[in-house]
Amino acid sequence: MDLDFDAADESFRTEVRDWLAAHVPAAPLPSLETAEGFAAHREWEATLSADRWSVVSWPEEFGGRGSSLLHWMIFEEEYYAAGAPGRVSQNGINLLAPTLFENGTAEQRARILPAMARGEVIWAQAWSEPESGSDLASLKSTAVRTEGGWLISGQKTWSSRAAFADRAFGLFRSDPDADRPHRGLTYLMFSLDAEGVTVRPIGRLDGKPAFAELFLDEVFVPDEDVIGEPGQGWRVAMSTTGNERGLTLRSPGRFTAAADRLTALWREHGDPADTALRDRVADAVIGARAYRLFSYAGVSQVLHGDGGPAGAVSSLNKIYWSELDIALHETALDLLGPYGELADHAGESPSGGWAEGYTFSLAGPVYAGTNEIQRDIIAERLLGLPKGRR
Amino acid sequence: MRFLLDAEQRDFARSLDALLTSCDTPAVVRSWAAGDHGPGLAVWARLAEAGVFALAVPEKHEGFGPLPLELTLAFEALGRHAVPGPLVETVAAAALLDRLGNDRIAADRLPRIASGKSVVSLCPTSLGPYALDADMADAVFVVDGDTLRLAAGTGTVQPSADPARRLSRPSGGTVLAQGPAVAAAAGYAADVAALATAAQSLGVGRTLLARTVEYVTQRTQFGMPIGSFQAVKHRLADTLLALEFAGPLVHGAALALAAGDEGAGADIAAAKVTAGEAAYAAARTALQLHGAVGYTDELDLSLWIRKARPLRDAWGTPAACRARVMGTDR
Ligand SMILES: Cc1cc2nc3c(=O)[nH]c(=O)nc-3n(C[C@H](O)[C@H](O)[C@H](O)COP(=O)(O)OP(=O)(O)OC[C@H]3O[C@@H](n4cnc5c(N)ncnc54)[C@H](O)[C@@H]3O)c2cc1C
Repeated sequence: MDLDFDAADESFRTEVRDWLAAHVPAAPLPSLETAEGFAAHREWEATLSADRWSVVSWPEEFGGRGSSLLHWMIFEEEYYAAGAPGRVSQNGINLLAPTLFENGTAEQRARILPAMARGEVIWAQAWSEPESGSDLASLKSTAVRTEGGWLISGQKTWSSRAAFADRAFGLFRSDPDADRPHRGLTYLMFSLDAEGVTVRPIGRLDGKPAFAELFLDEVFVPDEDVIGEPGQGWRVAMSTTGNERGLTLRSPGRFTAAADRLTALWREHGDPADTALRDRVADAVIGARAYRLFSYAGVSQVLHGDGGPAGAVSSLNKIYWSELDIALHETALDLLGPYGELADHAGESPSGGWAEGYTFSLAGPVYAGTNEIQRDIIAERLLGLPKGRR
Repeated sequence: MRFLLDAEQRDFARSLDALLTSCDTPAVVRSWAAGDHGPGLAVWARLAEAGVFALAVPEKHEGFGPLPLELTLAFEALGRHAVPGPLVETVAAAALLDRLGNDRIAADRLPRIASGKSVVSLCPTSLGPYALDADMADAVFVVDGDTLRLAAGTGTVQPSADPARRLSRPSGGTVLAQGPAVAAAAGYAADVAALATAAQSLGVGRTLLARTVEYVTQRTQFGMPIGSFQAVKHRLADTLLALEFAGPLVHGAALALAAGDEGAGADIAAAKVTAGEAAYAAARTALQLHGAVGYTDELDLSLWIRKARPLRDAWGTPAACRARVMGTDR
């Protein structure tokens, strides 16, 4: 693996850095898990997109710069180092867009991607159902054929930011008689304000209201909003999960920046005699470095090796970043001592958003495929152990 | 050393549990977090009637105590039911006022604490600037080195990760006492507080475990209860292991405190770090095994999840407790 950046890489980095220095809001935006914050982040997406920074790796025709995966990683590093806002468009950009690039039609790409890049249409993921979490293939919501499209019905839940988003993408059972649960599913997109859709917000652990469950009652979806072939939804969806767990959902920049902030916090608040806490800071910093190098190795493999990392490798990524994120935040709270328990909205809260970051980190081992399920995948697909009863 | 509970102690724990079960504490916690203290104070009155606050007050001031072991039984029950309020602070303040050697102050304050008429908070500035629930307490005591003050103001509430913990900075006020007696009494009070917090953590952890066991038995994925998957079983087994080994440390520390052992402080610290970490690990496990529903504030489980970490750090962080165990604290 070659970690030397060439002159083009360095000048790209400088260009990103300069742009961010000139544009990142001076004060942090309100949390994107609230109505107010959602609107502010939508504007930020528009600002990013105006100078084609919202989706650097996409082709230019859709609002990107056609940058390589390596430049995308550099962009992400600079983005988080600059303390830029979280990405309210992330579900669309990280999950739906790769699916459309792989399985969508040219018409769908042209219609959907530019508006996504500009933050005009913000997407929610509607996969999970109350009874179907880890066992997603057991989902029960239906899609029934009708003139020119489908009528979808059922209940979806845990949809991040669906309380404020515009549209959603999800899986529906279109053939109840298929011989296996994974067959007979169809992947499609719908508007959250369409007739027949009811959105009910669910407070998260920190009380923020952006999570939601969706009740769908014969919502019409035109044929043009089906992704891939009807009945092939599982295969289409699985191309997304690799992205969700792997490289693109959690680029190393985020953890590298958090590790730097943690180091600064330790220099400010750390007691040099407390070697146990110092060692935990060191371990988190080392973990962030390991994750960065592992990711660069993955990128090198994609760019110069024989193809992308194997699908199950994304399970290694998922476990690693989710546990690293918790370690970074728990250590920060310990460093803050009596201030560590303050909520972000407390007037005397220490800056840095550690409280929201901590609470969100706790969900990492649950979403994007729980870590228990990821360990099974690693054991079975990477280590070749026998499949358990499931 | 008698390590088993006697019949009376078992009855006390059982009746307290029954009392709190009848109080619908989740609703009480939610109102407390919203700043409505009425339902919480009603529970407070019933706890007082059951003798909880009298356990920290000596007989000569109308209490039954001090009875550290019974106190830990009570606080475990309080943790099990996630009861809100400056419970630890009130009993610690009672311990402090009792030890101060000032009969006038003790006679003035302690009977009211024992009877539940007075809810007080206590802030040793060495542990941080905040007092718990000072906005609703009748009296807020501040210990600054060897000075004891009765605070005049309480400042703005700073919401905690646990919304039922309302923190604020006590300010100003009159000096009540000064000198080595204050420092000694405050040290003893901090031990009582750490012990009660350890017991409370244990209760929090036990509820988290019990609710999670119930959930994984009912929730099915892949056509079977998730509790049948080995990954889930092992995590719960480890949770039980950690709580079960924390229990005897809490019990032993209470006995050491009751006996006035010289090493009681270190025993309490050992109990505090172990129970606090076990309860926090139980919270992580509970969240993980409930999946996304565990990440919502609608589910009552969140009331315990959010309590576990602040309790782990209150009245002695794990690092401070370990230093005490090793005798390297200053
Ligand atoms: C913050 C957050 C955001 C989310 N955002 C979205 C979103 O935008 N869109 C969406 O569709 N979904 C979303 N989800 C839902 C997420 O995908 C599910 O929570 C996840 O798939 C787990 O499902 P579950 O919550 O039903 O847990 P369950 O599947 O019920 O699992 C409960 C526990 O049992 C364990 N378990 C289950 N099966 C096994 C097994 N075979 N072996 C071992 N252990 C097992 C799990 O690992 C877990 O610990 C989100 C969740 C969270 C927490």
